Amino acid sequence: MTQPRWIDPASPEWPARLMHLESPPRGLWQLGTIVPTTPCVAIVGSRRATFAGVEIATSVARELGSAGIQVVSGMALGIDAAAHTGALDAGGSTIAVLGCGIDVCYPPRHAGLRARIVVSGSVISEEPAGTPPFKYHFPKRNRIIAALAQAVVVVEATERSGALSTARWAADLGREVLAVPGSIRSRQSSGTNLLIRDGVRPFLGIADLLEAVPELRSAAPEGVFDTLPGGPGAGLERFSPPLREILARMGTEPVHPDQVGSALGLSPSLVASRLGALELAGAVMSLPGGLVARTV
Amino acid sequence: MPPGRTRAGDTLVCVIACAISCATRGLAGVPVTVEADIANGLPAFTIVGLTDRAIQEARERVKPAIRNAGFKFPQRRVTVNLAPAELPKEGTGSDLAIAIAVLRAEDPSLRLDGLAFLGELALDGSVRPVTGVLPMARCLAAAGITRLIVPVENAPEAALADGVEVLGATSLQACVEYLRGDGPLVAGVRDGSAPSLAPEPDLAAVRGQGQAKRALEIAAAGGHNILMSGPPGAGKTMLARTFPSLLPDLRSDAALEVPAIYSLRGTLRERPPTTLRPPFRAPHHSISRAGLVGGGTDLAQPGEISLAHMGVLFLDELCEFSRQHLEALRQPLEEHSVTVARARAAVTYPADFMLIGASNPCPCGHLGDAQGCTCEPRQLSAYGNKISGPIKDRIDLVVSVPRQEYRDIFDGTDEEPSAAVRDRVEAARQRRGEGAEHGNAALTGREILAAARATAPARRLLALSGERLHLSARGFFRILRVARTISDLAGDDRVGEDALAEALHYRIEMAG
Repeated sequence: MTQPRWIDPASPEWPARLMHLESPPRGLWQLGTIVPTTPCVAIVGSRRATFAGVEIATSVARELGSAGIQVVSGMALGIDAAAHTGALDAGGSTIAVLGCGIDVCYPPRHAGLRARIVVSGSVISEEPAGTPPFKYHFPKRNRIIAALAQAVVVVEATERSGALSTARWAADLGREVLAVPGSIRSRQSSGTNLLIRDGVRPFLGIADLLEAVPELRSAAPEGVFDTLPGGPGAGLERFSPPLREILARMGTEPVHPDQVGSALGLSPSLVASRLGALELAGAVMSLPGGLVARTV
Repeated sequence: MPPGRTRAGDTLVCVIACAISCATRGLAGVPVTVEADIANGLPAFTIVGLTDRAIQEARERVKPAIRNAGFKFPQRRVTVNLAPAELPKEGTGSDLAIAIAVLRAEDPSLRLDGLAFLGELALDGSVRPVTGVLPMARCLAAAGITRLIVPVENAPEAALADGVEVLGATSLQACVEYLRGDGPLVAGVRDGSAPSLAPEPDLAAVRGQGQAKRALEIAAAGGHNILMSGPPGAGKTMLARTFPSLLPDLRSDAALEVPAIYSLRGTLRERPPTTLRPPFRAPHHSISRAGLVGGGTDLAQPGEISLAHMGVLFLDELCEFSRQHLEALRQPLEEHSVTVARARAAVTYPADFMLIGASNPCPCGHLGDAQGCTCEPRQLSAYGNKISGPIKDRIDLVVSVPRQEYRDIFDGTDEEPSAAVRDRVEAARQRRGEGAEHGNAALTGREILAAARATAPARRLLALSGERLHLSARGFFRILRVARTISDLAGDDRVGEDALAEALHYRIEMAG
C-alpha cells in the first residue's frame, strides 16, 4: 500500500468546502487521489440496513458514479459500504472518511473494499495514524462527510443513528439533505421518516437530488441523467412466462418462498426450481433468513 | 472344554475348572475363558486378566452369592484368570461365569460342555441383567457355544442371536440345579409381539411449511444431511421429529446391527430390538463429547451418533453445540463409523446416520422475520461462522422454516401424510438400486458426474451457476447430488434443468 500523505489547507488538493466548517480539520491523512473540484454527494445510513436499503444505496451510488459525481461515505457496514460499492461498480470515484487512523481498517472485513477505494478514489482521516475506532470519533468524522458533500442522502436510519448526525451537520452547513422515506412501521426507516416530517426533502429518485442541487446536473456530462435505467419492472420480457409469474408476485419487500407458492398455487418444488433459475439470472436474491427478494 | 482336572494319584492339591463368558470390544465380542484354580494355602480370592474395577469387586459379590445360594465357598486359595489375559475386560457380565467356575472346581458333577454364562450376581445369589448381551450372544454362537445361560431379563434379547439355545436364569441356585440336571431353566424366546414403539409423529401434523417438507423429502430420498434455519417457534423441531416417518424400514442386516448397539448401552428398553424403524436420536447441546461420539473412562461406549446408526441424528440449536463437538462429527460423517481410541484399546463403532441440524438464523433468532433482527452485524458473522467450518461441507440442503401465520395454521387444508411421502422416497431409493448404499449423498465427485447424466441445458445452467454464484468444486458436486435425488423423486433418468435449478435453491451458500 502506498504511504498516506498529509494534506492541509495550503495543499493544492485541499477540498475548499471543508473551510465552511466552523472548526475545519487542521489537516487530513489521505490515501489515493483526491480532486477537490469534483462534485460530491454523501450517501449515509445505518450499519444494520435492510435488503431494500442496501439495494437503494447501491443503485443511487451507481447512478452518481456513472455520472462522474463522487460518492462520499464512512466505509461502515450496511448503507455506507453499499454506497462505496455502487460507485466503484459504476466505474466512479468515491471518498471514504474514516473515524479511526488512516492505517487502521475498520471494520476489518472491509479491507478489500478499502483497497478498491484507494485505487479509484480516496480514503481520508483526520485522526493520527494508529488511532483505534473510538466511538466518540465518529460524530467528528460525520462533520467532514457533511462538509465534503454538496448534498447528503440519508438512505436508512433509526432514530439514534449516526447518519442523523451527518444530516444535522449538513443542515448546519447549508448543504441539501434528502431522506429516503420508508414504511411507518419500519424501524430502520424511523430516523429518515422523522427527518422528512421535520421538513427534509424526500428522496424518491435521482431527479429529487438534481432538483435540489442543480449544479450536479451541470457538473455531469451532458445527457447522462436522461439515459438512466428504467423503473421497476423494466426488462422483464427476457424471462419465460412461468418465471415472470413468480416475479410479478414478488413485491419490493422480501418474501418467503412458501408465500409465493401458496399465492400462486404452485408446489414447493416448482417454486424452488423457478426461484433457483431466477436467482441464476440475477433477477432474485436470496437473503439471510431464507427470504427472497426481487432485484429487477 | 477341558473338564476340571485332578492330579492323578495325588491327594487333592490343585483343581482347575473353566467356564465360558464373553467380553465386548466395540460391537464385536471376544469369548472369555474363566479359569478357576483352587490350591492349598491361606484362604484368598484373586482375579487376574486385565480386569477393571467392576471385575475386581466381583470377588465381594461372588463370595456372598455362592454362600447365600446355599453352596460353600472354598476356604482355600482361589485364583480366577480371565483368558485371553492380555485383553482388557470390564463390567459385571462375568460374575456368573466366575461363580460357576469356582463351584465347578469343587464339584465335577456340573456339566459345562458347550455352555456359556453371562450375568451379574446379587449378594443373595440372584442373577441381574447386564448390557451388551446381544452382541455377546452372537459372538458366542459363532464360537461354537450351543447353550447360553443369561439373566432372564436379557433372554429375549439374547434369543435374537441365531444358532444358540438361550436359557434365562433367575438365580445362581437355579443355574446350578440345571447344570446338575435337577431342574429346568426358562427358555429364552424371541419377542415376536409387535414392537411397542411409540408412533412416529406424522408430517400431516405440521401445517404449511411446503419448502421445508419438500427439502426433508429430498433429504430422505438421497440420504442428504440437512440444515433447517428459522426463528424460534417456527416448527423446526416438530418437522425434524416427523422425519423418521419419511424413511423406509431398515434392511434386515441393518436391523441386526442397530439393536446390538442399543444392547451395549443397555438401552434396549427404549427401543425394542425387533423394530424395523430407523432410530432417531436428539441429544441436547449440553451433551459431553464422549456422550456424542462415544467414549468413556475405560473402554469406549457407543455414543449418540452410533445409537443413531442407520437412522437420524437431530442436533437442535446446532450453533449452541461447541465447536469441538461439531468437529468430532466430521470423521463419522465421512466414514460412516467412529473410532474411539483410549490408552488401553481403540474401538470402532458403526455410525452411519443422517444429520438434521436446526438453528436460528441469528443469535436473536429473528433475522428475516417480521419481528426484525436486533443482532449486531459482528454477532451475525460470528454466529454463521460456527456452522460454516466443520459441518458445512457435509450439509447438502439448507431450508428456511418461517414462523407460521395464524391463518395458515387454521386454514383447514389437508396436509399430505407421511406415508405418501415415504412411498415416493422408497421409489426414489429403489431407482438408485443397491449400488448406492448410503444414498446419493455419499457419491464421490467422479461417481456423481457419471450418475447425474445431466442434460445439455442442465449442464449449461450448471456452468452458469459456477460462474455467477462462485461455487467451489465441492459446492458444485453437492448441487449435482441433490439434483440427482430430485430427478430420482421425479422418476427421471437424467438430471434436467428444473431439478438443477431446484437444487440450487437449497444450497448451503444461502445460509449466509
